[in-house]
Amino acid sequence: MMTSCNKATRLMSDAQERQLSVKERALLTLHTMMCTACRRFGRHLGFIRLAMRKSAAAQRSDDEQS
Amino acid sequence: MYQFAVLQLCDQHSAEDAVQEALTGALKNAHSFRGSAALKSWVFAILKNKIADILRQKKRESDASRLLASHEESEDFSELFNHKGNWNVVDRPKEWGDPDHAFMEEQFWQVFDLCLDKLPVNQARVFMAREYLGLGGDEICSQYQLSTSNLHVLLHRARLRLRECLESSWFDRGDT
Repeated sequence: MMTSCNKATRLMSDAQERQLSVKERALLTLHTMMCTACRRFGRHLGFIRLAMRKSAAAQRSDDEQS
Repeated sequence: MYQFAVLQLCDQHSAEDAVQEALTGALKNAHSFRGSAALKSWVFAILKNKIADILRQKKRESDASRLLASHEESEDFSELFNHKGNWNVVDRPKEWGDPDHAFMEEQFWQVFDLCLDKLPVNQARVFMAREYLGLGGDEICSQYQLSTSNLHVLLHRARLRLRECLESSWFDRGDT
């Protein structure tokens, strides 16, 4: 049974929060092997996390632009 | 800075206090900073700590009612996926090229902030606490009285939305 994209994106988000189980990782790998959109989603999540870190490090807050 | 404090504390009073304390603390030590950028970072670092402290204090007094609001959003973003839970054709993530390039552009950070601002408040709060303040999941759950799976649902939604917003407002503008 193929995991849905919704479920796959949830697993990718969860992977940033906790260790996925062996079964979850298998489902996710199987899904992303076949789904270009979710592969991109995974890369974009990595980008977002990096952007948040850079943003926090640079202390970019609203008042900095005003 | 103030808006950030309000978002995290959902209370203008404690937010004002936190900002004020951060500023006073920083002014006392202002002489030891050569540049204003260093001072700004310092103030913000203090503010982040203050907010984390206040959140810890608030943990006990916090009312569960405002968190129930998080359930109101259960419908809102299934719109990205069809009834089988797969991406709608128009909502499929696109190729972002070399995204790291965006980090160097001032405008990108403005778009990034706008997209963060557009997140619903209960998603924004936990997402910022997690990714910006760098708090651990357990800490966030107990501060906002969320179960771990609630937290993960909110983070998933925040990430879906933020990604979608970045794509439509920046990466898919068609002029680069």
